[in-house]
Amino acid sequence: MPPRKTAATTAAATGKPAANVSAEDLKRYYREMLLIRRFEEKAGQLYGMGLIGGFCHLYIGQEAVVVGLEAAASEGDKRVTSYRDHGHMLACGMDPKGVMAELTGRIGGYSKGKGGSMHMFSKEKHFYGGHGIVAAQVPIGAGLAFSDKYRGNDRVTFTYFGDGAANQGQVAESYNMAQLWDLPVIFVIENNQYAMGTSVKRATKSPDFWERGVAYGIAGEAVDGMDVLAVKAAGEKAVAHCRAGKGPYILEVMTYRYRGHSMSDPAKYRTREEVQEMREKRDAIENVRQMLLTGGHASEDDLKKIDKEIKDIVNEAAEFSKESPEPDLSELWTDIYADTAPQDA
Amino acid sequence: MATEILMPALSPTMEEGTLAKWLVKEGDSVKSGDILAEIETDKATMEFEAVDEGVIGKLLVAEGTEGVKVNTPIAIIGEAGETMAAKAPAPADEAPKAAEKAPAAAAASAPASVKVDRSPDWPDGTKMKTQTVREALRDAMAEEMRADDSVFIMGEEVAEYQGAYKITQGLLDEFGARRVIDTPITEHGFAGIGVGAAFGGLKPIVEFMTFNFAMQAIDHIINSAAKTLYMSGGQMGAPMVFRGPNGAAARVGAQHSHDYAAWYSQIPGLKVVMPYSAADAKGLLKTAIRDPNPVVFLENEILYGRSFEVPDVDDFTIPFGKAKIWREGSDVTIVSFGIGMTYALEAAEKLAAEGIEAEVIDLRTLRPLDYDTILESVKKTNRCVTVEEGFPVCSIGNHLSAYIMTHAFDYLDAPVLNCTGKDVPMPYAANLEKLALTSVAEVIEAVKTVTYR
Repeated sequence: MPPRKTAATTAAATGKPAANVSAEDLKRYYREMLLIRRFEEKAGQLYGMGLIGGFCHLYIGQEAVVVGLEAAASEGDKRVTSYRDHGHMLACGMDPKGVMAELTGRIGGYSKGKGGSMHMFSKEKHFYGGHGIVAAQVPIGAGLAFSDKYRGNDRVTFTYFGDGAANQGQVAESYNMAQLWDLPVIFVIENNQYAMGTSVKRATKSPDFWERGVAYGIAGEAVDGMDVLAVKAAGEKAVAHCRAGKGPYILEVMTYRYRGHSMSDPAKYRTREEVQEMREKRDAIENVRQMLLTGGHASEDDLKKIDKEIKDIVNEAAEFSKESPEPDLSELWTDIYADTAPQDA
Repeated sequence: MATEILMPALSPTMEEGTLAKWLVKEGDSVKSGDILAEIETDKATMEFEAVDEGVIGKLLVAEGTEGVKVNTPIAIIGEAGETMAAKAPAPADEAPKAAEKAPAAAAASAPASVKVDRSPDWPDGTKMKTQTVREALRDAMAEEMRADDSVFIMGEEVAEYQGAYKITQGLLDEFGARRVIDTPITEHGFAGIGVGAAFGGLKPIVEFMTFNFAMQAIDHIINSAAKTLYMSGGQMGAPMVFRGPNGAAARVGAQHSHDYAAWYSQIPGLKVVMPYSAADAKGLLKTAIRDPNPVVFLENEILYGRSFEVPDVDDFTIPFGKAKIWREGSDVTIVSFGIGMTYALEAAEKLAAEGIEAEVIDLRTLRPLDYDTILESVKKTNRCVTVEEGFPVCSIGNHLSAYIMTHAFDYLDAPVLNCTGKDVPMPYAANLEKLALTSVAEVIEAVKTVTYR
């Protein structure tokens, strides 16, 4: 087998500011990625304190994927993802307070505390979940794109899923129909190299996931997911393809999650050194930080100011998530049907 | 400022754990991501990372300590040079407050019951025409598609083939390929695409060639369509119809004969319809397409060709949750739905010849269910027999028996009996298949048992 391209071996952009990006944009990506990281660290802390329960899947390490792709999106574009969804929600502009309060199961959460970490939605931000069944969001994303094509507008749907989901049958079914009907959907495979505890090489002998689209005639490519500018550039290409009516596009984004699959994962399937190596040499936030500093776009003080700002936003979200009350008990019986009260059986 | 590091919860069920090993010592500087300690939970040994940067002040719990409760302070972390004393152990209780407010969920407002609606489905004197169930279903879809551009139909062979059972005959010609869409044979995938289209604001009709094949798509029907409105706190749901033939046809064997009435009826968030007559098929399908919730619409291949009187009017609908009394009687209540009605009505005719007057109720919709009409009838007849073709365990009849026992126990003069299919996979052989389904003879026998004749 030829050597596998991974995030660790594709071109790293440490310290080199790219040509086609403004200092303002670069600072914005830094800020957005940092918000996700600090938010997730805080979520981990609140989980440890018992304020967040159940399953909680953190996005730490993968921040450049959503921030890069959101930078390529326009108003009205849709997005849908899996249960590892906090980063996607923050990146599309959802309120950190509402997201954190959903994690703590409070009425101020996006789903009034009834959805939890894995099940959040925002009609306003065109965020269609938050899905807890691996790969179920893939045909749903194709269906969202179907609705836009049916109406004849030029919107696109970003459909995120992991390397684990990529092996599900319904992904193949969705590829087939998306291409058959020229649906404006970008299939984003966030390849963080582990499906819970199973590495890609233990799950498939066809590890170049984007290439599977070739069998259906779908264009695609792999991209370095630790480089926010590379992700953005690939996203723009994919968006242009979809908006031009050329059908779906596949982006396999090579990334890495620093934390376990969920909060209760001891992560014994990989070495501590492997994680450290990624954190120290490939970290997407650190890369942008270096670009800002070496390029003279920001001083240490400027960045400290941003850090402080983010810390305040996250602390405010955490406070809100503790103070917002639990849902009223009457909420048990609401939102089951759109029009009628449920029946007493 | 010094902060306490608390014993973390590291799994959904962890209440305490063993502080197996400290990987830092007092005076060490740490930053976010550094491992502080190894903690053993009930299922694994986990590494516990620092969230903030600072200097370890005091280690409050020695390594090797077992049974350390979650949220107990285990160390103090502060900024360099700071003197740190353990704070008085404050109860780190930030647990939710509202939970204690009321004793139990039972205190929450209970859902409303459907009231008995005895109004006729259409006014007396309405002009009628004879139609098959097949034609009625097609007309229902065509009328709704004419009225609302966001309604479309997708499924296998629905367009160019004109429907595997010809339910969509003529729709492609009238509405074109944009709205009448042939899918590849991929139930899981196209059901999910239908749900996504509904999230996106369209009103899909997803046809399954039979509901047996929808078993491959049931995750999307239940997890994606039925639960989303609740999981989103009311923000978005799936206004759509999943329809197709359900249950046994004739001689198609175990994998093509399954009746899913009881399965789908168990799911909050779904509405479930199973019509018998052509008029009900039409009026209920129109209601289903207009309904803002996911509706499972269970048809029957054998009934497709049966003819009934259907109102010959521009637009009529039948509301959900309203049963139809096909025959009034005072001796026993027979409750059925879908093709079960053929056994119920024929049995009632034969019983009448023997002087037993059965009241026959067609539920029409299984969710919502017209409990009040059943109770009112049982309170009059004091006896009840249920009829369906599905499996006996956890059947609709079982549920009705429990409901009647709970709400009309004192009115019953005999146990409620359930006539169902047998507890076997559907056999192919003609004689065995007949035996596997319920029968008119079984219904008559059940009625005689509960009436002590």
